[in-house]
Amino acid sequence: MSILVGRETRLVVQGITGREGEFHARAMQAYGTNIVAGVTPGKGGSMALDGTVPVYDTVAEAVAQAGANTSIIFVPAAGATDAVMEAALSGIATIFCIAEHIPALDMLKAVEVVRRAGATLVGPNCPGATTPGQAKVGIIPGSIHLPGRVGVVSRSGTLTYEAVQAMTDAGLGQSTCLGIGGDPIIGTTHLDALKLFAADPDTDAIVMIGEIGGTAEEEAAAWAAEHMAHMPKVAFIAGRTAPEGKRMGHAGAIISGGSGTAASKTAALEAAGFRVALSPTQLPKLLREAGYKG
Amino acid sequence: MKIQESDAKSLLLARGLPVPAWTVARTPAAARQAAEAILAGGEDKVVIKALVLVGGRGKAGGVKLAGSADEAEQVADAILGMNIKGITVQKVLVAAAADIVKEFYLAAVLDRKSQRIILMGSAEGGMDIEEVAATRPEAIIREAAHPHLGLLPWQARRLVFGMGLGAHLKDAVRIATGLVETMLVNDADLVEINPLAIIREAGPDGSPVERLVCLDAKVTLDDSALGRHPDLAGMRDLDEEDPTDRIAREQGISFIKLDGNIGCMVNGAGLAMTTMDLVKQAGGAPANFLDIGGGARSDKVAAAMALILSDPKVEAILVNIFGGIARGDEVARGLVEARKEQARSVPMVVRIVGTNAEAAAQILQAEKVATAASLDEAVSMAVAAARASAGGAA
Repeated sequence: MSILVGRETRLVVQGITGREGEFHARAMQAYGTNIVAGVTPGKGGSMALDGTVPVYDTVAEAVAQAGANTSIIFVPAAGATDAVMEAALSGIATIFCIAEHIPALDMLKAVEVVRRAGATLVGPNCPGATTPGQAKVGIIPGSIHLPGRVGVVSRSGTLTYEAVQAMTDAGLGQSTCLGIGGDPIIGTTHLDALKLFAADPDTDAIVMIGEIGGTAEEEAAAWAAEHMAHMPKVAFIAGRTAPEGKRMGHAGAIISGGSGTAASKTAALEAAGFRVALSPTQLPKLLREAGYKG
Repeated sequence: MKIQESDAKSLLLARGLPVPAWTVARTPAAARQAAEAILAGGEDKVVIKALVLVGGRGKAGGVKLAGSADEAEQVADAILGMNIKGITVQKVLVAAAADIVKEFYLAAVLDRKSQRIILMGSAEGGMDIEEVAATRPEAIIREAAHPHLGLLPWQARRLVFGMGLGAHLKDAVRIATGLVETMLVNDADLVEINPLAIIREAGPDGSPVERLVCLDAKVTLDDSALGRHPDLAGMRDLDEEDPTDRIAREQGISFIKLDGNIGCMVNGAGLAMTTMDLVKQAGGAPANFLDIGGGARSDKVAAAMALILSDPKVEAILVNIFGGIARGDEVARGLVEARKEQARSVPMVVRIVGTNAEAAAQILQAEKVATAASLDEAVSMAVAAARASAGGAA
C-alpha cells in the first residue's frame, strides 16, 4: 500500500460534521478513499456525506462497529490533542492531525501517549498523505498527483503541492506524498518517513523537502546515507535567503546561532548522496540525473 | 512571544523562586528615585539594565552600575533612548548590584529532537551558552523531564550535583524544579537563568552569608497557547512592536520586512520562503516574507496588500498562490478589490494554481492583471517589472 495510506485504509473522520471536516471528507471520498465512519460527540446515530457514512459519538465505536484503522482529525486546536489521544487509545493505528496552532506542550504529552499505544501520528499542522490512485487522507489537492514509485516527504503544505505538481508535469509518479507538518513537536519526522519508504516495496526513489531550522533533515540524511545508499534521492530546502533569528511562519523555521541554515542542511544532504535542487521545478531533472528510470 | 526580563522575573517569583527585587523606570527621574530607595536600604551600588527583547545588551552598553542617585540618573539618561540592534530603549530595570561569588547557567528548553523538556545546567554561567555548547559540550549537564511526570526530584539532584552546586542543594533543586513548573504553567518554550548566581549579602546578624538567586531571566512563550493565558498576552511589549507587525499579527498574517523592492504575497510558509529564494536567485530582492495563511479570504488579501504597499521601497508585487484550502477565485477577487483601493500603483504579477485556478484566471484577465503559469516565470516577470519600475523612477 505504499506507506501509511492506501487501499487498506479504513478511515474515520473525527469532526466530520464541522465545516472543514465535511468539506475535506467529501473531497477524500471523491478521490476514492474508503471513509467508514465519522465521529462527532453528540451526533452518534446520524449519517454524514449524503447518508453514506455513519456518525458515532466515540472513536471506540467507530473502530468496533465500522472497523476503522486510520483517523483524520479536523477538530480545532483546543480539542485536537484530546482527539489524537482518543484515537490512539481506541485502537487506531495511523492518526493524521491537520489543525494548526496547537500548544507545543499539549502535543508533547499527546506524542508520548501515541508512542506508548504503538500508533503512528502524522502532524499536527500538516496536509496529510496521498497514495495516488488509492487513497487521500488530508487536504492535498487530489488533482496534482500521478501514480508512480517516487516517495515524497515534506515539512510544508503548499510547497509540497508545488513539488508534486512539478513531478507530475514531468511524468514522474508518486508512491506516497506525505506532509509531516512544520511544528516543533510532530509525530512523524523526516527520518521516520524515510524509514517507512526504505521498507516499502512500491517506492524506488525519494524526494525530501525541508526548511531552515532544526536538524531534522540532517538526521534523516545521515540515516539515508547508510540505509538507502542505492536509492536515487533528491532534496529541496526552503529558506536559503531567510535572515537569522526571524521566525518564518512555521514555528519550526527559525535559524539560530548558525545551526539549521540552508547551507548546513544542503551540505549534510549532499554528503549523504542527495542531489539538492535550487528550485522545486528542478527536482524531476535531478531525479533523472540520480539514475531514476521510472 | 518574547517577554521582558521584568515580566520573566515576575513569572519566576510567582513560583516562589529567589529573585532579587527590581523596579522598572521609564524616565531618568524614576530611575533616580528607585536608586535612592535601594541605596537608603544599605546597598553600595545599583545596576541599571536596558529592557529590550534583543540579546547582547551588555556588550552594547545597556547595562551599567551606579554608586549614587545622581550617577543612577545620569546612567539611566544615557541608556534610555539608546539604540540597541535597531530597538530604542524605552525603559530600564533598576536593582541592587549583587556581590557575585560564582555564576552558573540553568535553563529549561523545549527540545524538538528528543521531544522532551530538557534542563540544561552549567557551572560556566554568565557566558554565551551556545559558545560553551560548541567548544566544551561536556561542561553542560542535561536532564530530560518526562512529558507527564515532569522533572523528578532525583533528576534535579543529579543535575545540581553535576553543576557543582551541592553546597546549595535544597535551593538549587527548588530552582531547577521551579523552572520546569514555570514552563508548564505558562506554556513557555524557554525559561533561562543566566546567570544563576551565588551572591554574598549581609545576614540577619550583619555577618556575610551566601545565597543562590536568579539574577537574570529570559522567557519565551508559545504563541499558540496565548489564547488560554490572557494575563500573559498582556506582557506583549507594544513599545517594541512595529506598527506593521501589529497589523499583521491581528490579521493572522505572517509578515517579516526585508530590505528589497519586490513585495511577495504567498500562501504557506515553505512556499513563501521558496518564493523569496527564487526572487533572489533571479537577481531580484524580496521586500518581505508574507504568508497569508490558509483560507486566504478576500479581506485578508486586502490587508496583505496594504502591508506590502506600506513599505515605500516596494516597486513590484509578486503574488504566488497554490490553492488547496485557499480557493484561487477568492484570492483573485480580493486582489482586484484591493487594487482598486490601493494608495499607489505598483506593477503586480499574479500566479494562482490549484483549487479554482481557472476561475481565478478569468477574473484576473478581465481586469488586465499580469499573470504567469509557472513559479519560475512569475518570478522572472516580477524581477523584470521591479527593474523597469526602478529605472522609470530614477
